[in-house]
Amino acid sequence: MVMSPSTAVDGPSSSASIAPAASGDALVTLRDVSFGYTRERQILSGVNLTVPRGKLVAVMGGSGCGKTTILRLLCGQIRASSGEVLVAGESVAAMNREQMYAHRRRLGMLFQFGALFTDMTVFDNIAFPMHEHTDLPEDIIRDLVLMKLNAVGLRGTAELKPSELSGGMARRVALARTIALDPQIVLYDEPFAGLDPISLSVVGQLIRRLNDALGMTSILVTHDIAESLKIVDYIYFISEGRVVAQGDVAGIRASTDPFVRQFVDGEPDGPVHFHYPAPALAEAFS
Amino acid sequence: MSAPEPIIARVLSRLGAATLDAIARLGFATRFFIAMVKQSGTAFSRPQLIAREIYQAGVLSLIIVLMSGLFVGMVLALQGYETLVRFGATESMGVLVALSLVRELGPVVAGLLFASRAGSAMTAEIGLMKTTEQLAAMEVMAVDPIARVVAPRFWGGVISLPLLAALFSTLGIYGGYLVGVRLIGIDVGAFWGQMQAAVDWRYDVLNGVIKSIVFAFAVSLIAVFEGYDAKPTAEGVSAATTRTVVTSALAILALDFVLTVFMFRGGPH
Repeated sequence: MVMSPSTAVDGPSSSASIAPAASGDALVTLRDVSFGYTRERQILSGVNLTVPRGKLVAVMGGSGCGKTTILRLLCGQIRASSGEVLVAGESVAAMNREQMYAHRRRLGMLFQFGALFTDMTVFDNIAFPMHEHTDLPEDIIRDLVLMKLNAVGLRGTAELKPSELSGGMARRVALARTIALDPQIVLYDEPFAGLDPISLSVVGQLIRRLNDALGMTSILVTHDIAESLKIVDYIYFISEGRVVAQGDVAGIRASTDPFVRQFVDGEPDGPVHFHYPAPALAEAFS
Repeated sequence: MSAPEPIIARVLSRLGAATLDAIARLGFATRFFIAMVKQSGTAFSRPQLIAREIYQAGVLSLIIVLMSGLFVGMVLALQGYETLVRFGATESMGVLVALSLVRELGPVVAGLLFASRAGSAMTAEIGLMKTTEQLAAMEVMAVDPIARVVAPRFWGGVISLPLLAALFSTLGIYGGYLVGVRLIGIDVGAFWGQMQAAVDWRYDVLNGVIKSIVFAFAVSLIAVFEGYDAKPTAEGVSAATTRTVVTSALAILALDFVLTVFMFRGGPH
């Protein structure tokens, strides 16, 4: 089912609109969250969003609509101007330094271009969080790293440097590093950006398989509608900092909501305008 | 359309904005320094991280510092001879070369070379790690990038520069010996003997070492701060690298003047 903008965002009805995604045990909740780097320009305005435990939820929208800001709020890199960001019932904004680091240890995040450490080998990249947060003996770490690499099909790249990998391979290595410590929640920031169709499909399938096999909860920020519809459980659409529509895959496919249709069909104009706001053409040339 | 702002108002507005920006940046630099000092314990608890940075900043700067020291010493001897020979004091060449190097040229030129070679590399490396989200990735992995990336580089620089300055002076003195004794033919005994008699350990050598330590703190702090504060774009990293070299050079020369005023007041006795 798909919620229209009026039912999805505003007022008391927003809690009802969250219900489909929240069926089950909510692990991540954003409650009426607003955020802006300056008072004049709000990135997020009153966002409500729920991610149930064990689900793979996509947050979609055009570039610059505030998708990545949601991930940064969840990691505690920034704090909401108003509203609440709850992870497993705990408010991220209320955490002190130690609590924040404990919170981050249960998170994994795949960055847009992998963010692999370029001065380390693939092996050392994946071993990095293990060395930093565990006292495991080296031979155990070695086995774990090779298992993680095997899970993404790249065991043979262990001794390579990130600069020797293709874009798709680097993304898979970054995925292996993201799951190195078996996180409870995995955040994906544009994992499909710049990938060829084969790599894109491989990464998409890995995200789904790992989510199910490791019992994780995943939030996927992307604007790749075709791949997302193949793998996710639920989708939120964001535009201009607001949740404008949401629904499960069948609901999104059948939706007649103008925003959803424009996004799914890739129309250049619609609720999201082609032109950036500007004076009328006649006025500009006068 | 509204009337254009008068030029004076625009100038004042820009000046005000630039001043506020400079004050904010100074405040951020101070907080950054305090955070780095707090996190230094983590860096020292894993000495292999600092050893790696000593290699990157110090060992890889050896060639340029040693060669520069040798040539500076040789030029000092040639220029010094030109003056000393007029007063019949060519035996004092050893003193001239040694005092010039250990008091001034060693710390200052080694500091400038270090800022250009290692400081710029530190800034570029940290800036690129920021641009490619490597620092953000560390933060999200619950690893503090100031403890893991910044503090080891800072302390690696602080340890490396005084050693490089000492080696610069040593090679410079040897360059002076090659030109003065081997090329010009000054008496070897007079060269070393007068140097030994005239150079005071505390007044000359120790003050030179203190200078190099102060420069090491300044250059390393500027380098890591500029990298950490760089705008995460190609232009941002390029501008930060340039700022590191320019600000370090000015800081070294200004600090050298201040330190010299307090250190050297007419002789050791």
